[in-house]
Amino acid sequence: MISREEIAHIAELASLKLTEEEKEEFSEQLSDVLNYINKILEVDTEGVEPTYYPLPSSNILREDEVTNQDRRQEMLEQAPDKEDDQFKVPGIEQKE
Amino acid sequence: MKIYEMTLAGLIEARDSKRIKPGEILAAFQTRTEEVEERVRSFLDRPRDLAAEYEDSKNGKFAGIPVALKANMATSKLTTSCGSSILEDYRTPYQSTVADKITGSGGVIAGKTNMDEFAMGSTTEHSAYQVTRNPWNLDHVPGGSSGGSAAAVAAGEVPCALGSDTGGSIRQPAAFCGVVGFKPTYGVVSRYGLAAFASSLDQIGPLTRTVEDAAITLNIISGVDPLDSTSARIDHPDYTGKLDQDIAGMSFGLPSSYLEMDIDEEIRNQVLEAAEKLREAGAEVREIELPPADLALAAYYIIATAEASSNLARYDGVQYGTRQSGDNVRDMFVNTRSFSFGPEVKRRIMLGTFALSSGYQDELYKKALKVRTVIKEKYEKVFSEIDIILGPNSPAPAFKIGEDMDPLDVYYTDIFTVPVNISGFPALSLPAGFSEQGLPLSVQLIGPAFGEVELLQAASGLEKRLDVPTLAALEKGR
Repeated sequence: MISREEIAHIAELASLKLTEEEKEEFSEQLSDVLNYINKILEVDTEGVEPTYYPLPSSNILREDEVTNQDRRQEMLEQAPDKEDDQFKVPGIEQKE
Repeated sequence: MKIYEMTLAGLIEARDSKRIKPGEILAAFQTRTEEVEERVRSFLDRPRDLAAEYEDSKNGKFAGIPVALKANMATSKLTTSCGSSILEDYRTPYQSTVADKITGSGGVIAGKTNMDEFAMGSTTEHSAYQVTRNPWNLDHVPGGSSGGSAAAVAAGEVPCALGSDTGGSIRQPAAFCGVVGFKPTYGVVSRYGLAAFASSLDQIGPLTRTVEDAAITLNIISGVDPLDSTSARIDHPDYTGKLDQDIAGMSFGLPSSYLEMDIDEEIRNQVLEAAEKLREAGAEVREIELPPADLALAAYYIIATAEASSNLARYDGVQYGTRQSGDNVRDMFVNTRSFSFGPEVKRRIMLGTFALSSGYQDELYKKALKVRTVIKEKYEKVFSEIDIILGPNSPAPAFKIGEDMDPLDVYYTDIFTVPVNISGFPALSLPAGFSEQGLPLSVQLIGPAFGEVELLQAASGLEKRLDVPTLAALEKGR
């Protein structure tokens, strides 16, 4: 069972703010899903390597050359807020 | 035969022999879309005039062919909302490799199709925008998450569409809508410009009316891509290469334990009937043992949500998308995400964050990755003994719209499709018939890694013997 306190902690990690109803609902639903998922713990994986990607591949490298053009204006076009050709966000500090 | 009723192969042949012009093809599909779109609602965005999008200069294989793309693939025109309100009206400053390949060969992007938000869901009801309806029965869902792409093909709005498949999101809607849905081997098609859900599982593939059409489309969209470091460094064959070759002598594996699970009786019978047809065609069908499907599903829901929680961290209201105000930057992130993500996306971010959180990362996430290895190796062993696996796809035909289901029940519908995402193998959903209610039924064929050519050969052989219609009539007044 995942408690509501744990749910609140996970939400904090995920940068989500949940309503009380959502906390209640997720606590129940995630507990159900977790019960189901826990069956993998029974599999014997002694000496087994994890598979991160389905195909074996190592790092793909290329020459360190600039290939992209300066497309600052295009990139800024979709910005919710901008100033002086830069993305603009609220301050880091809490407003008084 | 009307133009919109023709298959992709038929259209290309008729165009090459000068019986129809590219402009006529585009106009015909435009008219069909205008006739049925109000009822089916496949598209989130589409050009006003398809014929005007066609460039004479691009005289390739797809000249004049309209292709619908799922709304999570970046295109230089049209919006790429991913079915989410956090990307409402979002226009990407770049184009996906698949879109480049389609337009580069003369194809026209016919629109961006509806989907479950960020490809998370099995009904397309988790779209922030609209409900897409199943062309065979408008009271039913088209499946998901590539539901708009599947519905558009079944309705004759396009001869070909692209979807993305993380745990079955091409194959399950293809099954629900009675069309061919093909997830190639991980790495065969570039993911550049595909909004990431779970990067080690996501793969783009075609939804078409025939197996041949899927192979033709794969020839266009596949390839090594320096912009996607996970694109497979292989020599790509002609994927249509063996379509005409007989399947006599091929060996098929039937996972009998899968058929004893909780699946619809009509689907079980359809799989057994398909096995019989294969035997009649001179192929060998033998029983095989696959790793328990529920283990693959459990591992999948840890890996997929863990990767999703990380991938979706980018939606923070800074560079693009919608923003909610906040007193400081952290509040702005939290408000934006909390307001704009739908419940299914939040649920999966929460589960993935949990699986990656301190104390659980090794116990759950690492364990799931090891189980993934175990599953993959078992599949590889099976493929050392047989050529192709024949089995069920979705455990049930299309649900009714608005059906109330527990998240776990919905996740269960992915049980037969997720194992190949875990392993990276190619798999195809093939229309196999209709239920008593008139809803499409399908079977799934699975091949070994990079075994596309033989998988398509097997599917084509079975398709000829099943002979199932793949275009919904959508007569007026229904």
